[in-house]
Amino acid sequence: MPGLLRYIFSTDHKVIGLQYGFTSLFFLLVGFALVMLIRWQVAYPGQPIPLAGLLGEANAPGGVLLPEFYNQLGAMHGTIMVFLGIVPLAFGAFGNYLIPLQIGAPDMAFPRLNALSYWLYLAGGIVMLVSFGVPGGAANNGWTSYAPLSDIAPGHGQTLWLAGMLLIILSSLLGAMNFITTIVQLRAPGMTWFRLPFFVWAQFVTAFLLLLAFPPLQGAAVLQAMDRLASTSFFIPSGLVVGGQPLDVAGGGNALLWQHLFWFLGHPEVYVLILPALGIVAEVVANNTRKPLWGYRLIVYSLFVLGFLSFVVWAHHMFLTGMGTAISAFFQATTMIISIPSVIILSALILSLYGGSIRFTTPMLFALAFMPMFGIGGLTGLPLGLSATDIPLHDTNYVVAHFHYLVAPGTIFAMFAGIYYWFPKITGRMMNDTLGRIHFAGSLVSMNVIFMPMFVQGLAGVNRRLWDGGALYSHAQETLSLNVPMSYAALVLGVFQIFFVVNLVWSLRAGRVVDANPWEATTLEWSAAPTPPRAHGNFVTPPRVVRDPYEYSVPGAAAGFLPQAATDAESRT
Amino acid sequence: MGTLPYTTDVRPDTGLTNPKLGIWLFLASEVMLFGALFSSYVLLRIGALEWPDQSSVVSVPFGAFNTVVLIASSVTMVLAWASLASRLPGARRGDAQAQAAGLGRYRLFMGLTLLAGAIFLVVKAFEYSDKFSHHLYPSTNVFLGLYFTMTGLHALHVIIGMIVNAYLWGPGARMWRSEPERFTNRIEVAGIYWHFVDVVWIFLFPVLYLL
Amino acid sequence: MTPDPIFQPMLQWLGMPVGASAHAGEVDRIMALVHWLMLVLFVGWSIFFVYVLARFRRGRNPQANYHGVRGRWSTWVEAGVLVAEIVLLAFFSIPFWSTNVDALPAEHESTIVRVVAEQFAWNVHYPGADGVFGRTDIRLVDPENPLGLDRTEPAGRDDLVVNGRLNLPVGKPVIVFLSSKDVIHSFGLPQMRVKQDAVPGIVQPVWFTPTMTGEWNIACSQLCGLGHFRMRGIYAIQTQEDYEAWLKEEASFLEP
Ligand code: HEA
Ligand code: HEA
Ligand code: CUA
Ligand SMILES: [Cu+2]
Repeated sequence: MPGLLRYIFSTDHKVIGLQYGFTSLFFLLVGFALVMLIRWQVAYPGQPIPLAGLLGEANAPGGVLLPEFYNQLGAMHGTIMVFLGIVPLAFGAFGNYLIPLQIGAPDMAFPRLNALSYWLYLAGGIVMLVSFGVPGGAANNGWTSYAPLSDIAPGHGQTLWLAGMLLIILSSLLGAMNFITTIVQLRAPGMTWFRLPFFVWAQFVTAFLLLLAFPPLQGAAVLQAMDRLASTSFFIPSGLVVGGQPLDVAGGGNALLWQHLFWFLGHPEVYVLILPALGIVAEVVANNTRKPLWGYRLIVYSLFVLGFLSFVVWAHHMFLTGMGTAISAFFQATTMIISIPSVIILSALILSLYGGSIRFTTPMLFALAFMPMFGIGGLTGLPLGLSATDIPLHDTNYVVAHFHYLVAPGTIFAMFAGIYYWFPKITGRMMNDTLGRIHFAGSLVSMNVIFMPMFVQGLAGVNRRLWDGGALYSHAQETLSLNVPMSYAALVLGVFQIFFVVNLVWSLRAGRVVDANPWEATTLEWSAAPTPPRAHGNFVTPPRVVRDPYEYSVPGAAAGFLPQAATDAESRT
Repeated sequence: MGTLPYTTDVRPDTGLTNPKLGIWLFLASEVMLFGALFSSYVLLRIGALEWPDQSSVVSVPFGAFNTVVLIASSVTMVLAWASLASRLPGARRGDAQAQAAGLGRYRLFMGLTLLAGAIFLVVKAFEYSDKFSHHLYPSTNVFLGLYFTMTGLHALHVIIGMIVNAYLWGPGARMWRSEPERFTNRIEVAGIYWHFVDVVWIFLFPVLYLL
Repeated sequence: MTPDPIFQPMLQWLGMPVGASAHAGEVDRIMALVHWLMLVLFVGWSIFFVYVLARFRRGRNPQANYHGVRGRWSTWVEAGVLVAEIVLLAFFSIPFWSTNVDALPAEHESTIVRVVAEQFAWNVHYPGADGVFGRTDIRLVDPENPLGLDRTEPAGRDDLVVNGRLNLPVGKPVIVFLSSKDVIHSFGLPQMRVKQDAVPGIVQPVWFTPTMTGEWNIACSQLCGLGHFRMRGIYAIQTQEDYEAWLKEEASFLEP
């Protein structure tokens, strides 16, 4: 194929990885733009928002957001960030680019399917964006789309949301299938299971979560589509009265069925958001402490326990839907147990620092910051996981703070760590360190100023998803003023991303040129494959793996680090 | 992509080819999909105040007939694969004109599989139009909703399977000359999928028609 | 809740709304306990974290140690976390649920009301003097009669239907029969430490015992549409006398 098309329609995993990367970064930006409007509205309820007038009379007459539009922003922010931003970046982009390189494979097992996954993802994303333009606007029932609200929602937004989700789900399923097959089948000679870099393990478990957790949502989406289009009533019980009028459907459905199907995906999904991040952090930590990961096997086993358990905790999102003691006890127990492997993994990462010779490079800074941020997010999951303490906290900003600590200063920081770390691999150039450090410091501070106060508000009983941030409620009054600094912090956060974007673009052309292994890393992608990689094909000579993934500072070894791939000397023998 | 290992030959330590592992993984996700729908059926039926007598709403003879048709199609699918597998180069009867004969037998059995699929769909179409003519729609009650949704989704799987098989029957069969092993594997993989579609129906039939 | 050296400081710090029901103390106690656990874990790890970063920075420790931490003390930390969680579960949260959520008090010694949520209002239904709820039928629903209450029958004639206000007597168990007319809402009484989704098609009993008089907000705690943010109700805990006086006053508005 001629020039550019050769890249656009490439089936090479590296090109597809980059396509995923840039698309998902774009969607991160969209998700952020939406949330800036949310933040401004919550800080200054009912006041005109700068530029918001451009959104049109239907959404923001005179720049004042309508409640229905606010709900669109919330639902689409959640959907876009989770399904179009983080998952494609953490799984699609990093996984695609790195897995074949790290296991010594020539490409993904099914290159054409791989390309198809990307195009399906893009299609799904476009459907989601287009839905803002249709009459009635985009879906506005929360990213959780609880029925029957979503069933009876007017307009086409919710229907398009379902269509978009079906495309995204299909894309993820094909991707997961591809990743697993690649890891099982295409490991280079000598790349035994316990020589796999932790990143590959994390992607492996993530792929299984996607493969097995997404289909139920697929089924649920089909059922909801039937409810909306063929006026079935799977999620609509009999005898509803909407707006004073009896709802004319057969009825006989179950309103909670949707929640069960959604959260059966929903909880594994949240681990899909965090596991790749843990994988990236582990790589960066091992490399910048110049020593092996502490308890490598232990955390690999923990991954599997985590993956397995994540299928049996879903109803901890539903404690207050009316549960008996037995069922709530079961889901509380599983929820507490699932926190243990996470504790183990995080502890192992911190312990890996002990005895190291720590280089505070930009990627390392992000990786280090990830740990306490994940810690805060994770620990605050515990009071949510106990049904008694979930009573006051459920659906308050405490929940919003909990998961943002995990996904925003958590996963997003890990993503930044990964981008700064592998950029020289991809381009043969370094990203600027000073800009990187500014980006880091600014992001770390502002993230905490945004989300820490949400715990305070949540404990005070301020609910989430409120157009006016809770201004009507007496118990919300003391903490409302916090919204202003929080929102400015969000703006500041956005401003500091400019340092990142500039750095990214500038370094592409003018970054310091470096040799194949600037971080003196051990894993295959650095030592065996050419840097920058050729657009098609991976290894000049098929690599032979002779070592564990993180052989840094091996006692008695001449070199400070021993690559996994056999050196020429070793190959000759 | 031709350079990818284990597309046709088995990887010794895993004992698998890529396509085979791939299809099994895909089917695992399919199991979760239909599993979720069956669970929804159970939940909805348990919670229901009243539930129609299914066998009086849907037509058991039609369903039973379709069950037989699909099972038969699975058999012909196996025969289609066998008529190639037994004539691979290196196999006992692997000489040139044996291979030509193999392709003939394969086309015959694959054709029958396609025919069975078509019959299945026609019967299904009759069932649907019969329901509509009696003013029974997905919206009539939850059972009919599930009936149309689940059988419809299954029919979609049948159609996809038929498209794949049709391709392998027609243009796709060229590969038998160039890369016989690879082609035989493709038939096997397509077969695994087709058997799955069959198995799903074997669950759908009792659940939606008899219980 | 009796003032108490361990829990009070943490609760002050967490700044939850005043707990005005019998079981609020227990909820807050668990809340304080789990936050202590979180605080200890986080501070502990943070100290270690900061120490390690300082002690093992490149400048201070040029040569990394291949083996790193020896010994299994971290395993004990993790085991400790597990034990703490099991204690929280087995001795606090699960018993709490069975005694304070599941086990309903006897109806004859409780105040009984129906609360029916709708977009975007709380309809409160009192059985009236006869203590019997009248029959409701969705065909009777109209702006004047949001619950479709049948006023022709004796049972329904004396019923009170109040929009957006829930008055209750203090010091006596309350059973709220919660349901919804349209979508899922959630019946949140922050000061009672009560929150329960109102799911259409299900009538869910919720109970609690107010221990303090006062007037607060009912907060809808489940996204239920564009008016979710303004789906606020008022609830007042009154002395028995005030409560009965109020009931009388409300009843006087009913045309005989
Ligand atoms: C990345 C995503 C992610 C992750 C990893 C988690 C992890 C956990 N989550 Fe969370 N959760 C979400 C994303 C996530 N969650 C989202 C998006 C929602 C809201 C959905 C919605 O309603 O919109 C949610 C909601 C949610 C609820 C429902 C709340 C409600 O609606 O009422 C519950 C309840 O049990 C819960 C529990 C937990 C628990 C127990 C963990 C555990 O796995 C956590 C285990 C981790 C630890 C215990 C940390 C260990 C810490 C240390 C060892 C200290 C380290 C210290 C230093 C480094 C200094 N989460
Ligand atoms: C992965 C998931 C994810 C992520 C990353 C985020 C990130 C953020 N979220 Fe969000 N959020 C959710 C998932 C996520 N959120 C979900 C699921 C909900 C619930 C929705 C619902 O109610 O249904 C929610 C709800 C939610 C709310 C509550 C709304 C409400 O209750 O009404 C708020 C309020 O402040 C908020 C804020 C933020 C902020 C300030 C960020 C910031 O951290 C954003 C940080 C991101 C950036 C700063 C962009 C960086 C961009 C680049 C680096 C790209 C550069 C560009 C190119 C190179 C092209 N989020
Ligand atoms: Cu009713 Cu929110
Ligand atoms: Cu969860």
